[in-house]
Amino acid sequence: MKKIVLMGNPNVGKSVVFSRLTGARVISSNYPGSTVDFAKGRMHIRGHEAEIIDAPGTYSLQASNKAEEVAALVLDQADLVINVVDATNLERNLFLTLELIETGKPVVIALNIWDEAVRSGIEIDYPALEEELGVPVIPVVALSGEGIRELVNRMDEVSSRPVQHPVPDEERWIRIGSVTKKVQTIRHRHPTIRDRISRASIAPITGVPIAIGVIFLAFFTVRIIGETMIQFIFDPIFGLYLPYVTALGNWFGPGILQEVLIGRLIDGEIDYVQSLGILTTGLYVPLGMVLPYIISFYFTLSILEDSGYLPRLATLADSVFHRLGMHGYGIVPLFLGMGCNVPGALATRCLETRKQRFISATLLAIAVPCMAQLAMISGVLGPFGLSYILMVIATLFIVYIAAGLVLSRFVKGESYEICMEIPPYRMPDPGIIAKKTWMRVRGFLGEAIPYLFAGILLVNILYATGFLDWIGNLFAPLTAGLFGLPKEATTALLMGFLRKDLAVGMLIPLGMAPQQLVIAVTVLTIYFPCVATFAVLVRELGSIDMLKSTALMVATALVVGTGMRIILLGV
Amino acid sequence: MEVPLTSLAIDQAAIVRHFIGGQHFQHKLRMMGIREGKVVKLLASQPLMGPIVIEIDRRELTIGRRMAKHIIVETA
Repeated sequence: MKKIVLMGNPNVGKSVVFSRLTGARVISSNYPGSTVDFAKGRMHIRGHEAEIIDAPGTYSLQASNKAEEVAALVLDQADLVINVVDATNLERNLFLTLELIETGKPVVIALNIWDEAVRSGIEIDYPALEEELGVPVIPVVALSGEGIRELVNRMDEVSSRPVQHPVPDEERWIRIGSVTKKVQTIRHRHPTIRDRISRASIAPITGVPIAIGVIFLAFFTVRIIGETMIQFIFDPIFGLYLPYVTALGNWFGPGILQEVLIGRLIDGEIDYVQSLGILTTGLYVPLGMVLPYIISFYFTLSILEDSGYLPRLATLADSVFHRLGMHGYGIVPLFLGMGCNVPGALATRCLETRKQRFISATLLAIAVPCMAQLAMISGVLGPFGLSYILMVIATLFIVYIAAGLVLSRFVKGESYEICMEIPPYRMPDPGIIAKKTWMRVRGFLGEAIPYLFAGILLVNILYATGFLDWIGNLFAPLTAGLFGLPKEATTALLMGFLRKDLAVGMLIPLGMAPQQLVIAVTVLTIYFPCVATFAVLVRELGSIDMLKSTALMVATALVVGTGMRIILLGV
Repeated sequence: MEVPLTSLAIDQAAIVRHFIGGQHFQHKLRMMGIREGKVVKLLASQPLMGPIVIEIDRRELTIGRRMAKHIIVETA
């Protein structure tokens, strides 16, 4: 099958062109051995089916990071290249264009964002550009679909050319200078409202309040959409499923099969949250409780991404995050992780180097409680007063910063400074948002759910065989001696591996002093991520780095727990 | 007068003259559109030694301060 590859600079609307060209069957894949994503799909040209690949955005073929390396490798397989060029930024885009033409592969140029160029007073004589470059140039507006048909029609025109000798960079720039001068005229324009909003969102004085507002709004949206879906879609479905699984449980009768598949009966009935069986809790937690939030998260994230806000948020956050061994994009996993650690862990991909991803993932697992856990913490500590809740939050905040400062010094590897383009604000397209959300949700279903399921199975077997109790007794002296907690709290801590919020609930009947509760919930947050997050992190970091990260989590929990005992209990 | 990009005032414009650093660094900057002879304007400067935001060819770019120190510009 013919392979068509989309190449272009970052932020030129390449994925929108891709969306326009492909049908519904789109898959997002990882390039082997990297965490760089690219999308693949199919399209028909004159009755022939062709594969179309959306390569990662790249400024040139001389790769300077992982995504660019992948882009160059994808290009090698191409039978035809569609070079997506941002018409509002012709000069810079042409560097890659010249490099692509030099490879001798058939190239078609999609001169995208044509409407915006026209509006902002940029005139490009595209027939002249076509003549200069010797390849078809088609103005398109991918968002509205304008010009896409013409683009497809003209793909037939092109054929391979002999490979040209590579040209030195300076020569290429000179050529670009003369071509741009010939084909492009720029009229002066006055700053628009959009420019003013853009300025306001990157100046620290106005930008920080805007950022806080946007984050709150995003959280609110995620919660509302998630809760609505649970109430009207997911809970009714599980309600329909309940009689069947109950009947199955009765058919099994008491025994190991019932224990593992259905779990314990609470007051003689199946409780989806507490029964802990594979077919009950094992299905309900990932599908009924986590999935709705994942959908609403990805939806909100896609809107933030496509509007162009994220680079601005990253710019503001960089002042803090570059000291913690990451760069400004490190705020994305943190902020997503507060909803649910699973998408937070997946979002560590937005950082470039191994060091940055390691730090981001470790800090997420150590100091970022998820929404469910936060709710439980306030429920348990609330009756004793707000100050106890704040104690937990403040401790976690200090731990995040302190651990980040330490890791940034001692983790080997590079942490590049931030260096990125801030794209203009754009109105997100509903169809593209829907498609993006769906692709990511499908990715989550395929990647995270099997791990989650396996984790629940494992914990279940450990529980049913009494191994968990045995471990509990083993660690009891540690809990009592170091953290000053009753030894019954150990089982709750172990339970936290499965569901942190449930584990917090298990602390209530123990009748601890509020100070002890503060220590217990803090340690519970720090010592280990929940099984779903753990599974995703193993995938993202690899087992060796995850082992190191886990050691750090346990060590931090021991240090912080002991420290808090000394401060709060005075012994 | 030739000064590092970081010493511009907000809204002050200057012309990019040269870069202090290796081939790789220079290539990266040019690819991002920061090239010798271009007019650059400082739009914002984040506190606590955070990054700066510049405008070049009607485009906004965020650059870490350490990198920006190695970009030498000429002010009018």
